[in-house]
Parts: sequence; C-alpha cells; structure tokens
Amino acid sequence: MNTELFGIISIFIVTIVLAIPLGKYIAKVYLGDKTFFDPIFNPIEKFIFKISGINSTEEMNWKQHLKTLLSVNMVWFFLCFFILLFQGSLFLNPDNNPSMSPDLAFNTAISFLVNCNLQHYSGETGLSYLSQIFLMFLQFVSAGVGMAAAAMVFTAMKERTTDKLGNFYNYFIKSCTRILLPLSAVVAVVLLFSGTPMTFEGKDAITTLQGDQVEVSRGPAAAFIAIKHIGTNGGGFFGVNSAHPLENPTYFTNAVELWAQLIIPFAMIFALGFYLKKTKFAYVVFGVMTVGFLLLVIPTVISEINGNPAIEKMGIAQTTGSMEGKEVRFGPAISGFWSIATTVISTGSVNSMHDSSMPVSGTMELLAMMVNAFYGGCGVGFLNFYIFIILAVFISGLMVGRTPEFLGKKIEAREVKIAAFIAILHPLLILSGTALASYFAANNTAMGYWFSGNATGWLNNPGHHGFSEMLYEFTSSAANNGSGFEGLGDNNPFWNITTGIVLLLSRFIPIIGPLAIAGLLANKKYIPESAGTLKTDTTIFGVMVFAVIAIIAALSFFPALALGPLAEYFTLK
Amino acid sequence: MTNNKSTSLFESKQVKEALVQSFVKLNPKIMFKNPVMFTVEIGTAIMFVVCAAILFGAQDQGSFAYNFIVFLILLATLLFANFAEAIAEARGKAQADSLRKTREETPARQILPNGEIKNISSSELKKGDVFVCEASDLIATDGEIIEGLATIDESAITGESAPVIREAGGDKSSVTGGTKVLSDKIKVIVTSEPGESFLDKMIALVEGASRQKTPNEIALTILLAAFTLIFVIVCVTLKPFADYANAPITIAAFIALFVCLIPTTIGGLLSAIGIAGMDRALRANVITKSGKAVETAGDIDVLLLDKTGTITIGNRKATNFYPAKGVSEEDFIKSAVLSSLADDTPEGKSILELSEILDVKGTLKESISHLTDHISQTIKFTAETRTSGVVLKDGTNIRKGAQDAAKNIALQAGNNFPEDIAEKVIAISSKGGTPLVVIKNNHVQGVIELQDIIKTGMKERFERLRKMGVKTVMVTGDNPLTAKFIAEAAGVDDFIAEAKPEDKMNYIKNEQNLGKLVAMMGDGTNDAPALAQANVGVAMNSGTQAAKEAGNMVDLDNDPTKLIEIIEIGKQLLMTRGTLTTFSIANDVAKYFAIVPALFITAIPALEGLNIMRLHSPESAILSAVIFNAIIIPILIPLALRGVDYKPIGASAILKRNLLIYGLGGLIVPFIGIKLIDLLVTLFM
Repeated sequence: MNTELFGIISIFIVTIVLAIPLGKYIAKVYLGDKTFFDPIFNPIEKFIFKISGINSTEEMNWKQHLKTLLSVNMVWFFLCFFILLFQGSLFLNPDNNPSMSPDLAFNTAISFLVNCNLQHYSGETGLSYLSQIFLMFLQFVSAGVGMAAAAMVFTAMKERTTDKLGNFYNYFIKSCTRILLPLSAVVAVVLLFSGTPMTFEGKDAITTLQGDQVEVSRGPAAAFIAIKHIGTNGGGFFGVNSAHPLENPTYFTNAVELWAQLIIPFAMIFALGFYLKKTKFAYVVFGVMTVGFLLLVIPTVISEINGNPAIEKMGIAQTTGSMEGKEVRFGPAISGFWSIATTVISTGSVNSMHDSSMPVSGTMELLAMMVNAFYGGCGVGFLNFYIFIILAVFISGLMVGRTPEFLGKKIEAREVKIAAFIAILHPLLILSGTALASYFAANNTAMGYWFSGNATGWLNNPGHHGFSEMLYEFTSSAANNGSGFEGLGDNNPFWNITTGIVLLLSRFIPIIGPLAIAGLLANKKYIPESAGTLKTDTTIFGVMVFAVIAIIAALSFFPALALGPLAEYFTLK
Repeated sequence: MTNNKSTSLFESKQVKEALVQSFVKLNPKIMFKNPVMFTVEIGTAIMFVVCAAILFGAQDQGSFAYNFIVFLILLATLLFANFAEAIAEARGKAQADSLRKTREETPARQILPNGEIKNISSSELKKGDVFVCEASDLIATDGEIIEGLATIDESAITGESAPVIREAGGDKSSVTGGTKVLSDKIKVIVTSEPGESFLDKMIALVEGASRQKTPNEIALTILLAAFTLIFVIVCVTLKPFADYANAPITIAAFIALFVCLIPTTIGGLLSAIGIAGMDRALRANVITKSGKAVETAGDIDVLLLDKTGTITIGNRKATNFYPAKGVSEEDFIKSAVLSSLADDTPEGKSILELSEILDVKGTLKESISHLTDHISQTIKFTAETRTSGVVLKDGTNIRKGAQDAAKNIALQAGNNFPEDIAEKVIAISSKGGTPLVVIKNNHVQGVIELQDIIKTGMKERFERLRKMGVKTVMVTGDNPLTAKFIAEAAGVDDFIAEAKPEDKMNYIKNEQNLGKLVAMMGDGTNDAPALAQANVGVAMNSGTQAAKEAGNMVDLDNDPTKLIEIIEIGKQLLMTRGTLTTFSIANDVAKYFAIVPALFITAIPALEGLNIMRLHSPESAILSAVIFNAIIIPILIPLALRGVDYKPIGASAILKRNLLIYGLGGLIVPFIGIKLIDLLVTLFM
C-alpha cells in the first residue's frame, strides 16, 4: 500500500515541478517572446497564416475574439457531424464499421467539439479510422480554443485600459503548434514504445492459449491517446478508454497519461503568473485549487483502499482494497487518484469503472465536476475559476468597505450579472437535466422515439445508484468532462440529444461569460493600488474564493448528492 | 440638533410607527422591489392556501397546526424584514423631522418689487423673492444675503451655540432657514423653491420616497437574486428527485427549505442598511444629496484639504521676537507691541499676547501703558504700504510689515538692512513661519516670527487616513517653502502651494485621470467648479450658495475634518452589506444539514447519518430552521442600523477579521441556534 501511495504522490509532485517551467514557456508563447523553438515553429506558423490569409498581428476586441471562436467551432461541428453520419461509405474504414445514427452523430460531434468526449459509442465498432482521425483533430483544436480563450483573458488582465486583446488565431495556432503538438508527440512516442498500436490496418486476428480465434481491434491509437490527455479531452480510442490494455498498457503508461492530463491545466495557472508578472497571485490560485483537489482525492483514495463494507460484512478479507471495476495492473489507490484527476480536470478518460467506485468516491467524482473549477480543462479551467474570483472579489470587496476591484478594475453590476448568470448555469443544467430523467424514471414513462421501452430501462441499477447514474451523466456533460458512470443506457435519442444540448450550452456560455467580463474590465479605467485596496494575492483572499466555491458550487448539489451517493454510503455503512 | 441625537436604537414612538409600517409594506407592489423577500411572500401565500386546503379536507400535507405554524413563521420573517426597513426609516425621519420642525410656517416679511413690505408665511416664498429679517427674527428659508450684515444663531442647525456673522458679498453670505438673527438687519434673496431645499431633499431621501439604489446595492441585489434563483432550481428539481426516490415531500417542507436557503437575512436588511447609512451621515450633521455620494466617500483615494482652518487653526500666531544686533530685547518688544496696538487682526493680537507671556515681571506692561498716551496717529494696514504701525507724539514712527516692504523703507531712508535679520527672515520662512519686520524711524529693530499653529490631533487623523489608503493633499496660498514645512509637520502626503482655484481643479482632474476618486471640502464660490469636479464635494453650510449647489454634501457644522467621518460612514455602509451577505450565505450550510435529512428520513432511514445536529424529528427540524431563519433578522437589526465597525488596519486584515466573525460565525452560529430551538420546540411537541 505504501508503494501505491508513493506512486501517487511522486506523480503529483513531478507534475507540479515540471508545470512551472512549462508555465514560463507558455507565458512566453503568448507574450510573443523569443523561445528556444522559434526556428522550428516560426516558418510553420507563417505558412499556416499565409495559406489561410490570416493577419495574426491584427488586434481584436473581446467581441471579435468571441465571433471568431464561435464561427470556427461551427464549421468544425458541421464537418464532423457529416463525416460521422456517412463514415460507413467513406474511405479509411478497414473494419467496415457502420455510419452513425443522426442523434449519435449529433452527440459525438458536439462532445468532441466541446472538449468533453462523452462517448455514447464504442470506438472499436462505432468509428471508422477517418472519423477517429477527425476526432483527433477536434481534440487538438478544442483544447487550442480553450487555451486561446484563456490567453485573451490573461491579456485582458494586464494593468492598462484597452480593448485590444491580441489576435485569436495567433493564440489559437500557437497553442496547437507550440504547446499541444510537441507535448503530444512526446507522450505518443512513450505509448508507442510501451505497446500501444499505431497503424491504419484493420483488426488483427490472434489465437489464444486455449486455441480460440480472437479479433483484436487496433488503429492509429498512440497519437489519439496522447492528445486525449494532453488536451484534457478524454475521448478513448477504444470503448473502455484507458482501462483498455492497448490504450494504457502498463503502470508506467498510466503514470505518463496521468501526467499528461494534469500538466497543461497546472502549467496554465503558472503561465498566468508569469504572463502578468504576478506569480504570487498564480500561487494563490494554484493553492486554492490544490486544496480543493486534495480534499476530493484523499477521501477517495482512502475509501478505495479500504474496500467495500458490504463485502467485509460477508466476512471476506479485502487485502487489495476495492477491486470491482478496476484493472489489476493499476490497483485501487492510483485508480482512485485517477478518478478524481480526470473529473477535476475535464479530461473524463477513465482507467477504472466509476460505476463501481465506492459511494464516497462517487460523491467526490461528482463534486469534482460540480465544482468544475479546480485545475479544470485546457484553458477553460481558469475561465471557470475566474467567475468565482469575480464573485469572491465582489463580496470581499464589500466586506472591506470599498467598491470591489480586481487587478485595478472596478467590478460593477454588469460584471456581477454575467458572473452570477454563469454561476447559475451549471446547477441549472445539471439539476434540470437530472430532474427530467428522474421524472421519466419515477413514472416509468414509455419513451416512444426517445428510448425503446420504458424510462427505467436505461438504468442498470435501481434505487440510489440508478439516480447517481443519471446525475453523473448530466454532471459529466455540464462539466464538459466526458467520463461516464457507465451502466446507463445512453446511446439513444433521449440521452444523445439532451446531453448534447447540455454540452453545447455548458461549453460556450462559460467561455462567453469570462471573455465578456475580462473584455469589459480591460476597457475600464485602471485604478492603482492603495492601502485600502483588497489584495488578491493573499492567503486570506484564497480562503474567500474557496468558501465561495464551496458554498455556491458544492452546496447547491447537496440535496441531489444526498439522494444519490450519500444515501448509498449511509445504506452500505 | 445635538441635543435630540437619540443614542438609543429603538425609541418607543419610532417602534410603534415601524410596526404599523411593517404591515403596510406587506403590499406585494412594495415588496416586489426586493426580489428575495418577494419570493418569501409568495411562499407565505402558498402556505396560506395549504392551510386553507387542510381545513377543507386535504389529507397528505400533515397536521393543520404544523402547517399553520410554518405559515406564521414565514409571515413573521416578512414582518421582521419590513420592520428593519421601517425602523431605519423612522429613525431617519425623526432626525429629519427635528430639522424640519424649525422651518415650518415661520412668518416672513417679503419685500415686493415696489418696495412694500408684506407679511406672508415662509411656505409662500418662491425662488428669487426677497425678504427682510431683523434681530430676533427666524430666517424663513434658505437664501443669500444681498444687503447688510448680521450675527446669527445657527445652533438649531449645527448645535454650535456661538453666533456667527453673515454678510452680503463674499463667501459668508448664505443663510439657512430656521436660524435666528441676533442683531442687525439683512435682506435675503430666496435661493430654492419651496420643498426643494437641501433639507427637503435629504428628508425625502431618508424617508425612502426618492431613495435610489446605489450602484453597489444594485450589483448586490443582482447577486442575491441569482442566489435566490439557484435555490429555486434546487427546490423545484428536488420534486422529481424525491418522486424517483419514493420520498414524498410536503409543500411546507419545500417552502421551508427554499425560504431557509435563499439569503433572507441580507435580503431583509439590505434597504435598512442603506437608509441607516444616510441616517448616520445626518447624525454627523452632514446633509447628503444622494446615497451614492455616501457610498462613493468610502472609496475615496485622495482628499484635498484647505490648510487654513482645516489643518492649522487658521490664524498665525507670534511665537518669537528676534531683536536686531544692537537693539535690546526689551526695546524691540516695546516697539513690536506699540506697532500692534492699533492692529485688530488676530496676528496683531497674538503679538500682544506673546509679549504678555514673556513679560514675567510686568515691567513691560507698565512702560507700554505709559507710552500709549503718547500715540498721536495710528496707521492702518493698506495693500499699498503693506505695513501698519503708530506715530508717537514725539514723532517716533514705528512700523511693522512684510520683510520686503520694511526693507524698502529702510533702504530708501539710506539705512542698511542688517545681515542677521536677513538671515533670520530666511530661517523663519523655511520653517514655515511668516516674518514681520519692525522698523523704528526707518531703522530695523528686529523680526517677529509668526507661525501657523497646526491643530492638535491632525497628525493622528492623517495617519488614520493613510492606513485607510487615502492620500491627503494640503491646499494653501503659501509659498512652496512654507507649504512644505507645514505639510511635513502636519503629516499630509502632498501639498499644492500658491494655489489658485484652477490649481485645485487641475489637481483633481489629474488624479481622476489616474483612476482615483477625489474628495474635497470647500466654502467659497471660487471652490464651486472644483467641488463639482470632485467625486465627493462637501460644501460648508457657511459657504456660498454656489458652493453648496456644486458639492454633493453639505456639512452643517462647517468642520473641515468631517470628511474623515464621511469616509468611514461610506466604508461602514459597504462593509455592513458585505458581512451580512457572507453571514447569510454561510448560514445555509447548517440549514441544509437541518432540512435535507428531515425531508428524506422517512423514506430513506439511512440518511439519519446526515442529521449531524441530532434534531428531534423531521417536523421539529424544519420548524427550528425556519424559526432561526426568521429571528436572526431582528437580532441583526441593531448591527444593520449601527453598521459594522471600521478599523483602518489594511484591507487584508479587515477581510480576515470579518471573514472570521461573519463567515466562520455564520457557519457555526446556526448549528448552535437551530439545535437550541429544536430542544425548545420539542418541549411543545
């Protein structure tokens, strides 16, 4: 057990240590400073800008940023939707997998577009290689979009008054070429050498020791899996994601994949500090996030190591902890750690089945996505946190007797309005989605087109656990996470369409909100700090932000959690 | 007014009025302005319907008594919130009424255009009318003296018993309605329409009729509405969740959960806090034209203060006599005193005072009194000669004056200006003093040092301001050398020397361009543009009408240091809102733990594990939570009215302190409170 814990702690610490220099590098990329890699990337980017006719030095205001961001996303969505819809008859389909149904194609296209990757299909049988490659492309650009949005907010936070906030394409292309691509290449190579396939050939046939013929799916997996983690996407190449032996072959690849999904969210926070030359502020933000993360991780790891009390009551010793739904090569401790890492960050890749997590772990996984601001996804993690900073600044500003200011800009009714709206959106989408599903399940409604059979048919488990399955699916969608509690029958029009809508709303509105606030604030008069100004780079302000997150984000879900995993926990106990 | 400043928070008359108002304010039209409490009102109405339904035979909602009690508690919650607002209004109104009483229906003698004098009532006076006042008359309404000079007792307004002099022209021409003329006769032109004087505006503000929400209040209301909305979502979605879990929830439980979760504490006290802030300003004898001005005061970064009368006591005083070489000290003092005998200015008087202090034996006085009989002519100060003095019968000509004037006299007579005196003059100037040179028969006798006396306690006040983050700037007509010395001695951060009115204006504009908020105090007409430009402009009541129009506050006490108090009132106002919001939201944790288990325990007994307070039964838990939620409002009314204490200890330290008291306190107090109420409720169940 000590080795298991040592494994977790060392991965965590190594990631933080490496994230600091990476953060410095990212800051330089966005500032346009010289970096070591300029000779390689300058010509590539020049070429990209030239053929696409983009003037990357043209400064945009926040509205132009948004317009550009939304329009490129729309183009990608339609491209992806049609590829999935007709993949069966298109090229690069050696396994002759069928085309997707419209509702599944809708859900899949959206979910990759929004960096969520809620997969209501299984990669082996559900996708052609062309689709896989296009989805891989989306995994790059959706991460790049998030980072470019964060870069605009960084620029807006500078101590000046302006509406010129850099160029979206510049931030976006550089995020892809200079950050995501090189890191993914490194991870892909590691995976390749550990046994992950990278081929365009179809299924392989092998003969097992018992003499059975087994067909093994393969494909261009190594590259796919690398960006799935580096870009905090989480969409697996194979159906069972990183629990699959080819997708995550060893304890070592497991460690690398964990590192890969944590590194950019960590580094973005440090990048903020280096970018604004406010490293102390970045450390406070990182500190708050880390405290939140640890509060979620520690109970999870403990409950997974302790095993299932119901099994214990049967008199069966669980020396290896709770092993249901877990891979033997990983064990309960690091699987528990992964389950929180993948939910706080919006990766959503899994290396164990969350459906089988202990109730405490289930609660923590849900909470991680309900809060959705500790580290968070590529770029967007900070955007979510930014909303809580604005709310915390507002309340604490009043508490010290001064009109609230954040980095020298006054927070007024308009910003509070936007921040409050974004803060409401998350519980609104999760709770109303779950309420809708619960309503049908409670009445066992016949669903017609939406679902073949009665509503309870989509539940794998009755009672509290069934409720958790529905709650988890909507939480995962609203957090743009993409992990599944699984067990839920989700490939049907009801779930494909409802979660598809939730995905769309919960991706773009929480990007629009922070961008709008940052843009509005950037345009305001800069007020120099005085002794009466509340400093935001202090521990006490960190405590305030944490309290706001805990009360707004976590408390609104208390009744729902009580009926799901908490009820299960107290029943099992 | 000082005598009727009530120190007790609740006076029986005000309480009675507030109680009536609490019911009047239940009107949904009025309630609608406060979204948080309006939703409570809807919940209360629903509970009323539920109670009625039970009486008509509805089965599954629990006993009538239980539902009716929930209804009553919700009603009490509404009444408590209304009472908070009403008592704040009543206090403000009482304050305003005592001011208004002085100006009700005083007789006035209007001068008609044809010169006739007509007796009318003050309420008939219109802007532009002229009336006349004589000794022992009450001045009918606000106005400006156009003719004459009078001593006036303004104690009704300021509480200051010493009469003041007001005269036509200049910066002291304004009179306030309700004050009393003690001597002489003045003609006054009315400067405001009836019902539109500052006081009328202030009364309307305090009474809430014309009170507009301030920007911060609007932002906070939005945030509170958002919280309310989140809990609407939480409660509405709970219905299908509970259906799925086969855990039927009564309407009473739903509404109880909802009302407990939404921020009723701050929602109920919000407007009371705002009104109380203006009331506190009024109690400090400051009339504000808007609530926003008070709030802005809390944000002030830069404070402009006139040196004279604000930082220094206003008059220079003689502090030293320095005789020239070869002149005995006694002779010099004698000359100095003689030259000042006819000098009525405070400077002149102070020379006499100093000589008396130095004259321990009394010999000097004797010899001077001997000499006074020999004065043949006194010479008044004029702008041309810039000297004053006396000519004795024996022809001795003694003058005192500014050093350059004195030097001219000496040099023209062919006498030299002694080295040591020239040095002394420079030394005095560099110390911030004013040198006065005394000349006897065109020979320099010595120099008198006059010093500005800095008011006691100013240094501490400026230190306090610095800790608040406010930069103080001294404005003075002195030369830069003198200004620098006084600025350092008084402890201000910056100064504007040899200031002209436009210098003030430019300084304010510059600071504002840097993003800072500037406050200033002024009285003269030439201050008006700067008062208008400043974010907070406080005009003195003794100042001109133009100054009063330009500023956004009027200080009835004419006390230039009042701005410090105003800033603190502004800060308190924001802090009270912030801390009570924090307290209100932190309370939710305990309320969740009281109500959520109570909702589901019957259907899912295992959830007893969430009942960490070990409350007696679901009904007692819900009742305790709503009772706590209701009574916390009246408990916090005194805090809302008085405001949270402000201490200039730096923003982070204040946040830490308030987070500890109101955040952590808000977390813990309801756990204890709800448990205690539950124990009590159980006794009756």
